[in-house]
This record gives sequence, structure tokens and C-alpha cells, in this order.
Amino acid sequence: MSDLRDLYQEVIFDHNRHPHNFGPLPHANRHADGFNPLCGDRLTLRLLVENGVIQEARFEGAGCAISTASASLMTDALKGKTEAEAHQLFAGFHQMVMGEPPAIDLGKLAVLAGVQEFPARVKCATLAWHTLTAALKNETTAVSTE
Amino acid sequence: MNEHSLADWRAQFPILSRQVHGKPLVYLDNAATTQKPQAVLQAERYYYEQLNANIHRGVHALSQEATDAFELARDKIQHFLHAAHREEIIFTRGATESINLVAHSWGRSHLQPGDEILLTEMEHHANIVPWQILCEATGAQLKVVPIDARGGLVAGALQSLLTHKTKLVGVTHVSNALGTINPVAEIIRQAHAVGALVLVDGAQAVAHLAVDVQALDCDFYVFSSHKLYGPTGIGALYGKRSLLQDMPPYQGGGDMISQVTFAKTTYNQLPYKFEAGTPHIAGAVGLGAAIDFVQAVGLERIAAHEEHLLSYATEQALQFDGLTLIGTMPEKAGILSFVLKGVHPHDIGTILDNEGVAIRTGHHCAMPVMDHYDLAATARASFALYNTPEEVDALFHGLRRVQKLFLG
Ligand SMILES: Cc1ncc(COP(=O)(O)O)c(C=O)c1O
Repeated sequence: MSDLRDLYQEVIFDHNRHPHNFGPLPHANRHADGFNPLCGDRLTLRLLVENGVIQEARFEGAGCAISTASASLMTDALKGKTEAEAHQLFAGFHQMVMGEPPAIDLGKLAVLAGVQEFPARVKCATLAWHTLTAALKNETTAVSTE
Repeated sequence: MNEHSLADWRAQFPILSRQVHGKPLVYLDNAATTQKPQAVLQAERYYYEQLNANIHRGVHALSQEATDAFELARDKIQHFLHAAHREEIIFTRGATESINLVAHSWGRSHLQPGDEILLTEMEHHANIVPWQILCEATGAQLKVVPIDARGGLVAGALQSLLTHKTKLVGVTHVSNALGTINPVAEIIRQAHAVGALVLVDGAQAVAHLAVDVQALDCDFYVFSSHKLYGPTGIGALYGKRSLLQDMPPYQGGGDMISQVTFAKTTYNQLPYKFEAGTPHIAGAVGLGAAIDFVQAVGLERIAAHEEHLLSYATEQALQFDGLTLIGTMPEKAGILSFVLKGVHPHDIGTILDNEGVAIRTGHHCAMPVMDHYDLAATARASFALYNTPEEVDALFHGLRRVQKLFLG
């Protein structure tokens, strides 16, 4: 049986109650909107990218604890990363939530490893990351997890 | 329903004895689909073991028996809906296909630019999108009757939106997102007064209310078998015979023709004109068995039992700290839609599931309703004849666990 506490760790509640990097980013030069049609969650991600390095990342939107915590942790992790490193992080994160061993060290993102036991929630955890991919391509249309 | 018969009825649903995550299953997602009683499972099995053949086209015994079983199911639907004629019942894949059939066949042959289709703000996407596609194709326009804070149609709004331009009103009998029972008889009366037809979406109604299409005088009525204790993949469209006769076919193929040459094809009579291809025969037989089952229990008893569960659940909901009910009309079917302060419905769903309690979370294919309440999603518990007050207790026990986890 999958244990709820593996999914809902204290850190996740903390990020859900007090998300990091939440709010607008007026001088952003990349942004994208993400949408999870399954649950109606929406998320806007804004980035400031300079010389291929993500200087700042902030998000807004309403979502479940998993998607909010994931966006909060992701925006923390992105700061100072190159675009290539950001893509690698997503690849590793995706492996983790799909139950495969991640190819790279995910640091604090590893608290979301419990999601692999809850397949119905993988999309919640990856919404922010799909939105990131779109923002890095600077897609202006909304991306969807479907 | 007394305790004794409730236990008896439960015993007829094999799935109710399974466990989920080590806990007894508490199935409160009946508005999405109901579980199936033994009688339905047996009917489908019997069909495949004893009767299986293609229908309407063989001289051999099995084909005749399969045809009889299929057509008997049509008779059962006719009597269940109190339709005047058996050929007014068209088998479809379900409510969605029934609506698409009407939008496509009736809509494209009857609408002109400037005509209007009137829907309500509480429709399921299945009763919105086919009409949008139709409007795009014909230049007709969609109008929407708004809902109020309690989840009822705004008083007087229908009257003021109905004009000589209105060609059809599409309205759900019972809202899947709010539980509201709409006053369809009154709506039909008002629509007919301006010459508009009315399609009633009965997907959420037929398992809870007795329906009499002649007394309602509705023009089209649609439903799905799987929300009525029957199999998935089958459902029906009721349409008044005079309307169906005038409508062009929806799909072409076998069964719906009387004669085909490359120069010209003549179509079969009702109801076969609208039933192209080999249908879900076993599904129809299962649906017939589901209708027998529901009628043996009795819709009045089912309604009374669900009413009791709903008021018991509503009482607890009103006392629950931080819980807001979405949909609070006095006239409601067994649906409890709600949000909890500080917890997203999706998280509620996962935590309840861990307790064996199955509810639906999300927008319930009614995004305009969510927009109306400025919500992304709600949690929804929906009741069927086999649910018990103890299961309602399990729901609220689970919700207290959610709060404890989330709010400390
Ligand atoms: C009110 C309403 N209409 C239509 C439908 C569509 O039914 P189906 O998916 O069986 O075609 C549903 C199912 O959720 C519903 O609740």
C-alpha cells in the first residue's frame, strides 16, 4: 500500500502553505502559462534569463499541494542554472516521478519522490516543469499536461 | 429503504465487497458511473454464452434470438421513459452521442444564420460542445441562461432569453456538478410557447427520478446506461417520432438502409435509420436488465433513500469547519459538491482514496460552473441506492483526516 506520508511530507506542506518565489516578476523576459485540464489547475511561470542563465524564476496560480510545492521547489532549484542544466533537471525529475532512478542528483527536489506511488498525481508534479519547457522556448500559448 | 433491504441490495453488487488500499471500498462517485448489479453482469454473460449473433440480418436461430433480446431492451427503455412509440428510442453509445446525433442531424438540417440555441450555465461539456460545433457550421448563435449563487437557474432569465429566434433549448435535468434538479416541465412549456424544441440531458436524472417524456412533452431526452447501473458504451436517445422522421441520418452504413445502389440509397425506417453498423448488443441487453433491476427496487424507494443520505450528508457538511457547499438548491439529487478551505480538491481526493473512499475531484466536465464560482475544481460525493449512512460517516471521517494532515 502506498503511504500517504511518502507523498505528503512536511516539506511539501510547508511549500504549499508558504510557496517560495510566488508572485509576479515584472522584468521577466520569458513566460508561459501551464494548464492541467484534469483538475483545472493553472500556473503562470516567469523567468529572467540572461546569457543563457536563469537569474530569477517566479510563479503564480492556484493548484493542489503537489503542484504548488513542485513549482515552489522548482523555482528555487532553477536560480543560477543554465538552460541546458534546467532541461537536465527536468529529465531527472521526470525519471524520479516515473519511478526510474534519476540520472542526476536532484537535491531538494527529491522530496517529491513519493509521487511515483501515486500515478494519478504525476501530472500535478510535472505541471510546473512542462510550463518551464514552454517558457524556455518562450511559447506564449498555454501548455497543457494532456 | 429499511436496513434489511439495503443490505440485500448491496449484496447484489459484487464490487462493493472489494477492498481498496486495505480498506472496504466506499464508492461515492456514482455521478461518474454506477456499479453494476449481478443481474446486469449475468444478462451480458448469458447473451454471449447463449445468444451471440449479429442482429437484423440472419435467418438462423441465434440471429433471431439476439435480435429479439436487443429489441426487447428497446421496449424496456420505451416503457421506462414512458415514450409513446418504440421507434422513438434510438440506441447510441450514451448521452454524449445522443446529443451529437441531434446536433448534427436535426441541427444541420434546421438551423440558419441568426437562429439561436439556448443552453444553461450548468450544462455538462457534452451538452455544450456539440452545439458550439453546430453553431460554427451553421452561423447560429449560442445563448446561455445564467445560474445564481445557489446553483439554480436565475429566475426569469429563461423567459427573457427565449425569442422567436430560439430554435432549441438544451437543459440538463439534473446537474452533475451541483445536484440541482431543474424544473424541466416548466422550461419545456416556456420554450414551446415560442416554438423552440427542447432537449433534456437526463444523464444524471434517470437513476434518481421517474421520467415521463410524454408528460414532460420534451422533444428529445438522452441518457447513458452506465449511470443507471448498466454497462458502459450504450445509451439512448428519445425523440418525438415526427421529429425523428424528418431528420436526415446521422451516420451511414449497414442496418440504416433499405436499399443501396451506387445511384441512390433509400434509408431504413425508424429507429434503424439512426442505427448504422453493428450496435453494442450485449450492452443493450445489459441496459435492459439494469432497467428491470431499477424498477424492481422502485425509483421512489431509490429517491427516498438517496434523499435521506443527502440530507444526512448535508447536515454534517454544514457543521464542518471550513467546508463550503457548491450547489445549495432545495431541489437536489444525491450530489454533494464542496470545497474545503486551504485544501485543494485533488489533495482531498488522494487522501480519501487512501481511506478507501472514492469521490470525484475536478471540474466535472462543467468548466462554466467552476468559472461561475471562481473555482478550478470541487470535490464531489454522489450517492446511489447501495450507499449507507455509515459510508457518509466514512466520508466525513476522511475529511477530518484531510484537515488534520493539512492544517495541523
Ligand atoms: C449531465 C451529464 N450529461 C452528459 C454526460 C455525458 O455522459 P456520457 O459520458 O456517458 O456520454 C454526463 C456524464 O458525466 C453528465 O453528467
